[in-house]
Amino acid sequence: MELIDLEKKFQEKIDKEIKIEPLDWMPEAYRKTNVRQISQHAHSEIVGMLPEGNWISRAPSLKRKAILIAKVQDEAGHGLYLYSAAETLGTSREQMIDDLHSGKAKYSSIFNYPTLTWADMGAVGWLVDGAAILNQVMLCRTSYGPYARAMVRICKEESFHQRQGFESLIVLSKGTAEQKAMCQDAINRWWWPSLMMFGPKDSESTNSDQSMKWKIKRKTNDELRQNFVDMIAEQVKLLGMTLPDPDLKWNEATKHYDFGEINWEEFWNVVKGNGPCNRQRLEARNKAHKEGDWVRAAALAHAEKRKNKLAKQDLAVA
Amino acid sequence: MDQLITYSLHLADTTLILAQRNAEWCAHGPILEQDIAITNITLDLIGQSRNFYQYAATLINQSAEAVAEPATEDSLAYLRTEREYKNLLITELPNGDWANTILRQFFFSVFQFGLLEQLQKGSDAQLAAIAEKSIKETTYHVKWSSEWVIRLGDGTEESHQRMINAIHNLWTYTGEFFIPAVYEKDVLPHVDFDALKSAWLEKITEIFTEATLSVPPASFMQTGGKTGHHTEHLGFILTDLQHLQKTYPGAEW
Repeated sequence: MELIDLEKKFQEKIDKEIKIEPLDWMPEAYRKTNVRQISQHAHSEIVGMLPEGNWISRAPSLKRKAILIAKVQDEAGHGLYLYSAAETLGTSREQMIDDLHSGKAKYSSIFNYPTLTWADMGAVGWLVDGAAILNQVMLCRTSYGPYARAMVRICKEESFHQRQGFESLIVLSKGTAEQKAMCQDAINRWWWPSLMMFGPKDSESTNSDQSMKWKIKRKTNDELRQNFVDMIAEQVKLLGMTLPDPDLKWNEATKHYDFGEINWEEFWNVVKGNGPCNRQRLEARNKAHKEGDWVRAAALAHAEKRKNKLAKQDLAVA
Repeated sequence: MDQLITYSLHLADTTLILAQRNAEWCAHGPILEQDIAITNITLDLIGQSRNFYQYAATLINQSAEAVAEPATEDSLAYLRTEREYKNLLITELPNGDWANTILRQFFFSVFQFGLLEQLQKGSDAQLAAIAEKSIKETTYHVKWSSEWVIRLGDGTEESHQRMINAIHNLWTYTGEFFIPAVYEKDVLPHVDFDALKSAWLEKITEIFTEATLSVPPASFMQTGGKTGHHTEHLGFILTDLQHLQKTYPGAEW
């Protein structure tokens, strides 16, 4: 079949909402875009363990400690599903991890911000996981089958994370004056970076059009960002806290909240590696991986020895 | 009653401090699957410690000395000091490398398995119930850590050497498992600690043999954790663990 026909058939499948599966023919660019996006997503889960892991030893109660550890562990599990989903497209996990460690592959910039107080655990759950969920709910219907199925599982756990984040902020918002201040401060610091999680404006986004046509994405960056603002602007009232945006106000005509201009200079700076923690995050990942070299080598060597031993036993029996 | 409270706190502190140490691996493990596995063990240990703290709190609140502010799992974990903590010394030692971490887990879990079997047979119904629940988890901890001891002992030259170093580091802290404190003898009159030790040594020998590792000869053993005489590490662990409760006294979280 001619390339042009293959592409036509591929697009027809997409238009009919038939999922693309690993062995199906697909345009190289579709494969590449999915590998890039799924592996970036996997890396975000793994790097995202670091800012939250930062508070495990200091969690203020045994219950909070258990919840936080379970949450960080869930992120590791999400990373695993996602690496597996990306591997179905023909790129090995090892290659993807190497690309993360060398700085070639990106991960969500939000994790380059520091978690300074306990309230950040709540704010990250509520705002960061909240923003991620909007994107992920959309991805449950993405056109690549393995990615869509991984997202269904992940979404269930993420919505639990968001609820527990909000619940822990509720407790702070009803607490002492110091706890209230801690809560507001965390919201102030995480609000704008959370808005940046949806990526550049539609008018500036290079990958958007093709991704929409291939139904990798089904909503644009600006649409998702607006959904998020509308949701959070209401929820923040339940906390009795405010969002740090003087321009935030309900627009009766559009039935949406208007909001102020994002600091895009900061956004691009963090993407380019100049965020407060870019260096620390990559160093931590590289260190863990490097210190694990001998462990992985030993596990492989042992598995090999075992295999040979079993083979010999089989021969003896035969 | 006092002895039972102290004993419950000893069990709670031991599992909590080991969990606190193991949790340091979360997000820093040698491979994703094992990061998840050790974090599972951490969660099990925290669950066990909460059961023991809650039991101790109930006993304290029932006792004659109960004060206006009732004890809770968190007041016991977060407001007691270095000298009041009764955890085993081995749990508070720094993690070291993966070999050291998994060997500590192996030594501890094999010991804990034998102990929980005895607690199930003991006269205290609550301790028996917690033991019954915990032993299912500990069965897995023994399996997981045994597999790692074998894998690293019989892996590469480097992993074998690292296991030897870990044995050298940790062996002197294993004697404390089997030297009962006064409160243990009181709460566990039915337990033969020498028999517990023989069974432990048998399992260690079995796994070490498969791992091509040697069991060290009998030697001097460090003690003190059970009576609140700790290594210099514990103070730092508690500073970290108790940071928020100490900085904001009385706050709810």
